[in-house]
Amino acid sequence: MLMKPTTPVTDLEKPKVSLFAPRRKIYPKLAHGNYRRLKWILMAFTLGIYYSVPWLRWDRGAEMPGQAVLLDMAQERFFLFGLEIWPQEFYYVTGLLILASLGLFLVTALAGRVWCGYFCPQTVWTDLMIAVERFWEGDRNARLRLDSAPLVKRLLKRSLTHASWLVIALLTGGAFVFYFADAPTLLPQLITGSAPNEAYIFVGIFTFTTYLLGGIAREQVCTYMCPWPRIQGALVDQDTFLVTYRNYRGEPRGPHHKGASWEGRGDCVDCRACVAVCPTGIDIRDGAQLECLQCALCIDACNEIMPRVGRPTGLIAYDTIANQKAAGGGGVTMPRLLRPRTILYSSLIAIAGSIMLIALLLRNDFEVTVLPDRNPLFVRLSNGDVRNGYTLKILNKQYRTRHFALTLRNPEEGRLSVDNQNTGYLRVPPDILREFKVYVAVSKNAQNDAVILDIHDPVSGASVTHVASFRRPQG
Amino acid sequence: MKRDVDEHTGVETTGHVWDDDLRELNNPLPRWWLTVFYACIAWAIAYWVLYPAWPGIHGYTSGLLGYSSRQSVTSAVAEGAAARADLRQSLVSKPLAEIKANETLYRFATATGASVFANNCAPCHGRGAQGSQGYPNLNDDDWLWGGTLDEIYRTIQFGIRSDHPDTHTTDMPRFGADKLLEPKQIDDAAEFVLSLSGRSSDEVAAARGKQIFADNCAGCHGDMALGNKDMGAPSLADQIWLYGGQKADVRASIHGGRGGKMPAWTTRLNESSVRALALYVASLGGSK
Repeated sequence: MLMKPTTPVTDLEKPKVSLFAPRRKIYPKLAHGNYRRLKWILMAFTLGIYYSVPWLRWDRGAEMPGQAVLLDMAQERFFLFGLEIWPQEFYYVTGLLILASLGLFLVTALAGRVWCGYFCPQTVWTDLMIAVERFWEGDRNARLRLDSAPLVKRLLKRSLTHASWLVIALLTGGAFVFYFADAPTLLPQLITGSAPNEAYIFVGIFTFTTYLLGGIAREQVCTYMCPWPRIQGALVDQDTFLVTYRNYRGEPRGPHHKGASWEGRGDCVDCRACVAVCPTGIDIRDGAQLECLQCALCIDACNEIMPRVGRPTGLIAYDTIANQKAAGGGGVTMPRLLRPRTILYSSLIAIAGSIMLIALLLRNDFEVTVLPDRNPLFVRLSNGDVRNGYTLKILNKQYRTRHFALTLRNPEEGRLSVDNQNTGYLRVPPDILREFKVYVAVSKNAQNDAVILDIHDPVSGASVTHVASFRRPQG
Repeated sequence: MKRDVDEHTGVETTGHVWDDDLRELNNPLPRWWLTVFYACIAWAIAYWVLYPAWPGIHGYTSGLLGYSSRQSVTSAVAEGAAARADLRQSLVSKPLAEIKANETLYRFATATGASVFANNCAPCHGRGAQGSQGYPNLNDDDWLWGGTLDEIYRTIQFGIRSDHPDTHTTDMPRFGADKLLEPKQIDDAAEFVLSLSGRSSDEVAAARGKQIFADNCAGCHGDMALGNKDMGAPSLADQIWLYGGQKADVRASIHGGRGGKMPAWTTRLNESSVRALALYVASLGGSK
């Protein structure tokens, strides 16, 4: 079959389509206004929490960690103030995470990405890194100029910035390890070089990630790495308060000359102040978009410009889509805070919170397991009696030594003995799991196929009953 | 040089053409992939130089760092042993009763004893010390050579009928095989022994056996057949039958004698292990 020959093409005739968008470098300008002030306060607040929490003390008695928040990996338990979470109780952490996500859903439904804009560590640290960069290299215009400045000047300023970033990153990573060990003990160890290797490794990892994510990657983390921007699209609706450019007021936009009429045009003078301050480099006037963190700095920027040109503030503001539509037609809508989704999220929070609370209140301060021996299943004694062995484990969650009374409720004529315990009480030191070897012997004529053990703390009055199987020779 | 570029995709081709128009696109590997690939090669070479790598005929290249996994395990084990040296030392230096009274030491001893037992004793006595025919169950309250902690310790130390000079030695004569008793007498004696625990089926024979027992057996097993710990003679009046409680088993015991053996562990294990073992065995529930 004769095919049409193709002639080799000498050059790329079609433009090559690339799906890769190279990063545009962003030079956020310092905003001035209420939201910027709020963000400074929240930055101080969240960083304050991060750095101070490991240093809070909590008295749990002697020989127990005195740190209020301690994620003790070696002993396999989490200490959160008055709450201690054992590995088998990790569902409490799950519950906390569920509550946190539901809270996030509710806040997002009400006011958009409040978390992203004000509280997310990525936002807080990026904001801090940008502030440091601004300190050494100047504000937006100075930084833009620096790109084409002589090499020596550029290198000097940039290295000051990066050195400061590394110091911040080191302090961040350094503070992180305090959550996992006793902070007042670890700090001098870290400084003198006598801390465990793991501590240095983790300080290193978090120094590196803080420097990389907060200093260098910045908004790319939010845009490309974080799943939350994608999820939030499903969580906001027309009644959610979002940082919005009020189209109906702003358009048609255009430069305005002093003294010229405002008739037939919008309030937006196209000064691009909102774009200059944006930490993700977007234009809020394009509407709600994936990259927008809802940090509200563009509101500050615009509110600074509007009075200068003699127009009212609020061209960019927290507003709902519903209100925008109504206002476009000259009307006003009342904000609807009570909506099916906010009611749903609130009730889910109430339900999950109640379950958590009830579970915590009903939590027993000791746990008991009884494991029948499997080898041998039973032992025949010299007088013909049959004895079964059990491993009794008592987990004492209190921070004091406790003495538990062990009694055999059934069979009544059975004989109970515990290896190496003659006092009648089982001593369990504070906050620990103890194992006891328990033996129950019954006469050869007994017919029971189970034993019922009562474990009782005479001090607290708490009591647990356990049923375990009893084996005997057949026939 | 002119590049051949595919018309449809805009991708460079290798320049080869098959069947008039079939061309192979030349999509080079991404730069990052190549970088990682070359880094892996460099890593491998460094690894060959630093660590044991190439097998030879009489060994292998040992690497500049002198690392060996065997050595690393040995040193880790030694480190663990060093960490427990104090506890081990206490096991040897303190009396058994004192160890038992000290919670930490006792927990360490029984845990150590359990693993020593599994490695050394389980082949005969069973994983759960439940024993089997001829090998005593160590969970019950019947002890041939005494069930106190010190007696158990001594038995483990020197064994039973072992080659150690301090071992338990006495054994049971072969009444039948050595013609000490007639088969008929053995039969009667067996009936009597069975009757002590309510197992006899022939009361007349048992009555005849009573005298035979008193003449031949009571010396070791006692007048009431309750046994004698010093001789290792078991109680014949209880429900525990090391060699079986059927008449044929008892006859076989009288005919051929019995004399189970256990090695002396003091020559096989270190002192702390033997003592840990004694405490573990005593913890199994039957110890006096």
